[in-house]
Amino acid sequence: MDRSVTDTRSNSVSVADRTRPVAAGAAVVDLHFLGSLPVFVLAEEHLLFAPADGEPRTVAVHDGAILSAASDGRTIVTGGDDGRVVRTGADGTVSVVATDPKRRWIDQVAMAGDGTVAWSAGKNASVHTGKAEKSVELPSTAGGLAFAPKGMRLAIAHYNGVSLWFPNTAAAPEMLPWKGSHLNVLFSPDGKYVMTAMQEAMLHGWRLADRRDMRMSGYATKVRSMGFTAGGRWLATSGADQLILWPFTAKDGPMGKAPRMLAPAASLVVAVACHPRQEVVAIGYADGMVLLVRIEDGAEIVAKTPGPAPVTALAWDAVGTQLGFGTEDGQAGVVTL
Amino acid sequence: MSDKIPVTVLTGYLGAGKTTLLNRILSEPHGQKFAVIVNEFGEIGIDNDLIVGADEEVFEMNNGCICCTVRGDLIRIIDGLMRRKGKFDAIIVETTGLADPAPVAQTFFVDESVGQKTKLDAVVTVADAKWLKDRLKDAPEAKNQVAFADVILLNKTDLVTPEELREVEMRIRAINPYAMLHKTERCSVPLNAVIGRNAFDLDRILDIEPAFLESDGHDHDHDHDHHHHDHGDGHHHHHDHGGLKHYHDEEMQSVSLRTDKPLDPDKFFPWIQDLTQREGPNILRSKGILSFKDDPQRFVFQGVHMILDGDHQRDWREGEPRESRVVFIGRDLPEAAIRSGFEACIAG
Repeated sequence: MDRSVTDTRSNSVSVADRTRPVAAGAAVVDLHFLGSLPVFVLAEEHLLFAPADGEPRTVAVHDGAILSAASDGRTIVTGGDDGRVVRTGADGTVSVVATDPKRRWIDQVAMAGDGTVAWSAGKNASVHTGKAEKSVELPSTAGGLAFAPKGMRLAIAHYNGVSLWFPNTAAAPEMLPWKGSHLNVLFSPDGKYVMTAMQEAMLHGWRLADRRDMRMSGYATKVRSMGFTAGGRWLATSGADQLILWPFTAKDGPMGKAPRMLAPAASLVVAVACHPRQEVVAIGYADGMVLLVRIEDGAEIVAKTPGPAPVTALAWDAVGTQLGFGTEDGQAGVVTL
Repeated sequence: MSDKIPVTVLTGYLGAGKTTLLNRILSEPHGQKFAVIVNEFGEIGIDNDLIVGADEEVFEMNNGCICCTVRGDLIRIIDGLMRRKGKFDAIIVETTGLADPAPVAQTFFVDESVGQKTKLDAVVTVADAKWLKDRLKDAPEAKNQVAFADVILLNKTDLVTPEELREVEMRIRAINPYAMLHKTERCSVPLNAVIGRNAFDLDRILDIEPAFLESDGHDHDHDHDHHHHDHGDGHHHHHDHGGLKHYHDEEMQSVSLRTDKPLDPDKFFPWIQDLTQREGPNILRSKGILSFKDDPQRFVFQGVHMILDGDHQRDWREGEPRESRVVFIGRDLPEAAIRSGFEACIAG
């Protein structure tokens, strides 16, 4: 490697001076753009709307911790330890989608492109289609939820595999088995693969056509953040001291292929966000640094200098001109490119 | 030193008095706020504390370690609780009466985010003075809970005669001579007897004398005479020398090793790794203070089944005897092989 690994990237090109800081005032756990409006999800009770042309304002959504959040780009859905699933619009209107009858924690939420909401509480996963609410019981607690890119199909990660559920049919979910505890789950944009991050420092995947298993290991820690690049050619993942990219370009996806590794650092990658249009990935590190890296040539741009707390939220707006970030200690901002 | 949230694990067989202890902890005017992870809602109702229901989902880790089980629900709940950081000072995990404490303890060593934010404080076991004797015969869970404990509340002492109490105490000591034991009625103990024990803190492995050589309630008060006075019969504290024949537990024992000759680290580490790999499922707890050849520092370690955690602790003090002590608590331990294996680690 002809490039030194440093925490400051002092010789790299930087866009950090194009940052609009946002005083979050509390730990940021997630972040979504509603159009061009960045909405920070705080650890407790509130969303923080941070418009470019006005003062940030908080919107109360839960009575307690916010455990999960998802967005379709128009609204945000959050799950709380108050047992509620709440939808919030860009105008700050809050509506309760569902309340768990036993007030159990809403561990996971997901949204489909058409605005359909899914959530889980313990071993129950539910979907609200707009017309009706449907639920399914799982063999164990859901670790993650994801809608398929097309059609009404929900992947639910849990212990010993993933359940694929068609909420509009009466059929029991199909099971993709693999021993171990599966957490984050997502479909590839072409719908051909389902990928999970596991309790162990590894990924698992299934090719849906023939149910072939894929195991991807070698991570330093649990993979907490992952996403496909625009066009779906790469799966970008956290969990190592550099960005790990699995190629999905060949017929067999990443099977038998080595990953590409970019942007090595002295700190672990803890968050990734793929640019919506180009093969560029924003990478958040445990030391607070945010880098943009272009996959084609590995060129790096500093978006946030290191310190002091780990990056906990990272997201692009839909057109890819704004990148938002948030950290564990409440540092937040929006970089305009 | 660390701002990790301490976690106390409360175990005890059905009906021993766990809920009584929990209610007592929560209702005392101590000014601390707890987050409590319980199995059933309803029996505790204290404002100001966060109460979370759990499902005890135990699963195996895919790390080639057959006894390495963790509580998946705890990982999830602690992750969620940490979003409310600042709202509580400590976490209490109440397990079901039939639970094995090991998966709970192992969760804190195996999951990196749980281990970064929280630390195991102690495993506290409530035992029923009247019924424990019977449960030790017919309920392997009850025996596990006693063997695993850092603190034991021998509860409901008002329901037994002094002779019965002494017998059940000795049966506990035959299994676990190292736990702090408190004899209680309705779980009446000072809060600091069960909370803030730091039993898994390497810095607290200062001494691994059997705890019953210490006077009740005073951690490091080595008043042996007081002990004799307390229990009268004076012979049962020679546990590791075979003096407890009558109350020897057929299945669960402790093995205590000691040498004043320095150990060879190149022999000791492979030995302990191999031993815990082979016997891990049977070894519930292990602890040690080690004196290595040409090493000015004490090395301390502790383990749960196959998981070992160790570090240099501090310089040996002037005049301090450079002894190595290791203890294992476990089921059907091959004592002779363990002793000869340990002796082979003495530096030549």
